[in-house]
Parts: sequence; C-alpha cells; structure tokens
Amino acid sequence: MSILVVMEQRTVSGQMGWNRMSWETLAAGQQLAREMQAPVSAAVLGQPIEALAAELTTKKLDHVYAVGHELLKDYTPDTYSAAVRQLVEKTGARIVIFPHTYQVRDFMPKLATSLGRVAVSDVVAHRLEDGKLVLVRQLFQGKLNVDVRFAGDPPYFASLQAGAYRADQLEAGAAPVEQFVPQLSPSRTKPLAWFREAARAVDLTTAEIIVSVGRGIKEADNIPIVQKLADALGAELAASRPICDSGWLPMERQVGSSGQTVAPKMYLAVGISGAIQHLVGMKGSKTIVAINKDSNAPIFEVADYGIVGDLFQVVPALVDEIQKAKG
Amino acid sequence: MKIIVCIKQVPARDSQLRVAPSGAWIQEADLSYEINEPDAYALEEGLQLKEKHGGEVVALCAGPARAAQTIREALAKGADRAIHIEEEDLGSFDPLGAARLLAAAIAPEKPDLLLTGLQSDDLGYGQTGVILAELLGLPHATIIMQVEKQDGAIRVKRELEDGWFQHVEMPLPALLTIQSGINKLRYATLMGIKKAKSKEIRRVTVAELGGSPGAACILLSRVYAPGRSKQTQLFEGPPKEVAAKLVEKLKFEARVI
Repeated sequence: MSILVVMEQRTVSGQMGWNRMSWETLAAGQQLAREMQAPVSAAVLGQPIEALAAELTTKKLDHVYAVGHELLKDYTPDTYSAAVRQLVEKTGARIVIFPHTYQVRDFMPKLATSLGRVAVSDVVAHRLEDGKLVLVRQLFQGKLNVDVRFAGDPPYFASLQAGAYRADQLEAGAAPVEQFVPQLSPSRTKPLAWFREAARAVDLTTAEIIVSVGRGIKEADNIPIVQKLADALGAELAASRPICDSGWLPMERQVGSSGQTVAPKMYLAVGISGAIQHLVGMKGSKTIVAINKDSNAPIFEVADYGIVGDLFQVVPALVDEIQKAKG
Repeated sequence: MKIIVCIKQVPARDSQLRVAPSGAWIQEADLSYEINEPDAYALEEGLQLKEKHGGEVVALCAGPARAAQTIREALAKGADRAIHIEEEDLGSFDPLGAARLLAAAIAPEKPDLLLTGLQSDDLGYGQTGVILAELLGLPHATIIMQVEKQDGAIRVKRELEDGWFQHVEMPLPALLTIQSGINKLRYATLMGIKKAKSKEIRRVTVAELGGSPGAACILLSRVYAPGRSKQTQLFEGPPKEVAAKLVEKLKFEARVI
C-alpha cells in the first residue's frame, strides 16, 4: 500500500512557493505510512521544479518525484490530471492524497474518473479498522460526519481539509529525487495571469477583536445591530460569505477560504452557522464566541463560549452589558 | 446557445437533522426541501446568458418524485424545459454512478454549455461537475464568478484562495461549476409560475438511461454527530442574563474585554 502525497506549489507573479496546506498533507502521509507500515513518497509538479523538489529531500520520504514539463508551467486540469495519472501508473502508488485546495478540487475528480475511481474529498480524519482505511468527512455543511470506505481496487484518491492534520508533526530525513517527465498534449483550457481585485482597504488580519455576522442577520437593514456590538468592543466588523455575496457588506470584509484568514484575540460570530469554508478562516482565533439560535450549529464545535438564542434580543443586551463592564 | 443546468434538491438550510436509526443516513420524513443554493446561482447564470445571447435553458435534475417541486420552480424562474431522472434511491449511487446517469441524459442533448453548482449542501463532494466533464470529454473550469461568451468560446473568472482570481478561456462545448454570489438571484413571477405549468418535464428512469448503481467505488458506512473539538461553555436563558454571564467570562476568564 504505497502512499503518494501530491504537493501543491503556487507561482504568483513569477515567485514560486508552496501552498502551505501541502505540508499538512505531507505530515498526514507520513502518519499513514507509519500506521500502515508502508512507504510514502511525495511529488511536486511544475516547470522549473528542481528547487522545490530539493526542499522535499530533507523530509522522511521514500522518494521525491520532480514532475517537470513545459506544459505544467501554468496549472490546467488537463495537464495536471494527465501528469499525476502517469505518475501513479509508473510508481504503482495505492493511496494518493492531496491537500483540499481549490486547484485540487478542479482536477482530482477528473483524474479519479479517468481511472474509473471516486475520490474522497475534504477528509477531516482517518483511522484503520482491520487494516482497512476509514476516512471521515463532513455532511450538510459540517452538521454531521460520515465514515467512508473505499470499495474495489486501488488506487484510492483523497483530499485532506485545511487544518485537519498538523504540519509541525513532519518528520525530517533524507530522500532521493527522481525526475519524471510525463507525456502531455496541450490543454484545452487557456489559463491567464492571477489577479486580485482592487487593493484591500480592510486588513482584518491585524484586528485584535472581530465581530462577524452571518445569514442569521436576515437582511441588510439589520447590519447596524452588529455594527453597534463591534463599536462597543472596538472591533472590526467582518462577515461570512453569504453576507458579502448579497452585497450587505463589502467582499473585503469576508472571512473564510475565499476571503481572509484571521486569528484575533477574540472572534465573535453572530448568526453564523459555521460551514467549513468559514471555519477554516477563523478557527485559529484565541477566544471564539458564538451566538446562534440553533444549538446544533457547527460553529459551537469550535466556540469557547456560546449563547443559544435569538441574536436580535441577545446582541442589544450584550452591547448594554459590555458598556457597563467597560464603565 | 443551448445550456443545460444541473440542479439538485437538498434539505432546507435550517433543517434540524436527525440521524436515521440505521445510522446510514438522516431521517428524511418531515424535512422540507429546496434547490441546492449553488445550483440556484448556476440556473440564474444560465438564464442570464440565454437572455443576452439567445438559446435555450434546460434544467436537469436527478432525484426522487419530490424533486418535481424544485424542477417546477426552475421552470417558473425561466428554464424552458426540464429533464427529471426519477429515482427514489439515489443514495445507492456513488458520485461517479450518479454522474453517469446525468451524462447519459445530457449526451443526446448536445448542449453548448453545461452548468452545475460548485458543490451540494448535503453530501458536499464538490465533484459532480468535474466528473461529468470528464465523462463527456468536455473542458471545464470550477468555482466560477463570471462568464463571458466569445465566438465559439468562453472566458471565465475563476475564484482562487485568499482573494485571488484568474481568467481562463476555453472552447465550447464546456462545463462550468458556478460559485454562489456570481449573480443576483431572481424570484419567480406570477406569470412565470403560470407559464411553468405548460412547460415540458421529461421523466426518465435509471433503466431507460442504461444505468445501475453497479459496484460503488466508495461506501458511506455510518453517519453521526461530530464531537466538539473544544469544551464550549454554553449559555441559554433570558437575553439580559446570558449577556451578563458572557461578559463576565470574557472580562475575568478570557480577559478579552
């Protein structure tokens, strides 16, 4: 059951680097290898790729595969899917794991389908039962979990959720590098340069306290209710994605996988259920407070303090108490 | 431009979910259902593209008989016709099996553009669109925030992590998975609801599509409530009381006020 970890590099304005989630996946690969007493290797794709591959040689790995080709310079689903498939076929890897990034979401299902397999996406944990791999993933936006098993023959494909494994558990070692040049035809899609919309005027990452608002606020006209709470705490106001999608607050105030990742001293989530896309952007906060009418909302799983109740009653009461406490 | 939009019916967002006694799935009785939210944005994008460039929007839905309600809503919003792959036990199909059903229904239609939401709010694999593209041999792009039609091609804006975006160009036919927030959803008008009654909903069965659950590649073995990763102090009661309790904790325990 040899394991292959497919690392993700990202090149922004010519600067090559790693998608940091890759290190968590690499640590997970090493852990699996220990548990299954199997060899683990890592691959990275791009052009040129030697420098990044060299960084992997200091980790405890069986092999490092430097997958280089002119057509891997810019990511496309056609070329990345074909390259990883050829590498899997060449190495005979049985379990192939990826970080659950936007890029992996774009090509892993294509790769698995091309081999008649189904990938298990967004895995949060695993265990072995009778030597068989059981993966845990979330259903209903994190309200429930489900155990998933592979049926049929390997190779098995899975992507791991951000924060599910710890990069600081990585084991050092010395690994040999092997060059691999896949046979590729040009992609049907043509990728253009990465860009950001107008420079961010709001930098939530430096805020000490953040009050964040979600769907529970019901309509744009109710935003001042949470603004008052933010003012009372001297906090920045932020929001979950649906609020910004609706235009009730600007996109630059969005916390989550597609917005900003924050870790303030206190994060106060008001009317936010806690879908995983939001949690990955804030679960590193020191103290998390949640106000929600649904006691089963996933936000309470990461909260230190929670109030189960109607935010339209609780928030004004909270503003009063904060003002009293601050004298 | 002929556009097919894949839509799914899922439990309403604020549903109180309970695990079924078998532990294999949730209790479905008494739940209310609605269109999967990202699919609503995909449908809206299809309707807007049709309004701009002409053509036809076909809504495609695999689901049990109750999904007819969601299909009728799509027709009321402006889809021209619909295909309903009627199957009570879709749960026995894994994502590849379900996508094969959709692909079999799509292939004879020869659409120029296929749209899906980026993921479903129930199973949340986020894979059906990409699997479909591979099965149908189409180029694709995921998590799309803008679609511009060009001559025989499209240019799309793909969302990346951390506030980054990228434009991608590709020839038609193609498949896109649509991100929530790409457009502003419309409501069905009274006229739309009335018109929908005379629109075609073609029902097809799994057998007619030559499908079967077959041997699934992945199996869901047990559904359960997730454990808490933290010891949460939860307060419930009169607003003034719980607010005072929380502020005391924040001041003297967490020391953040």
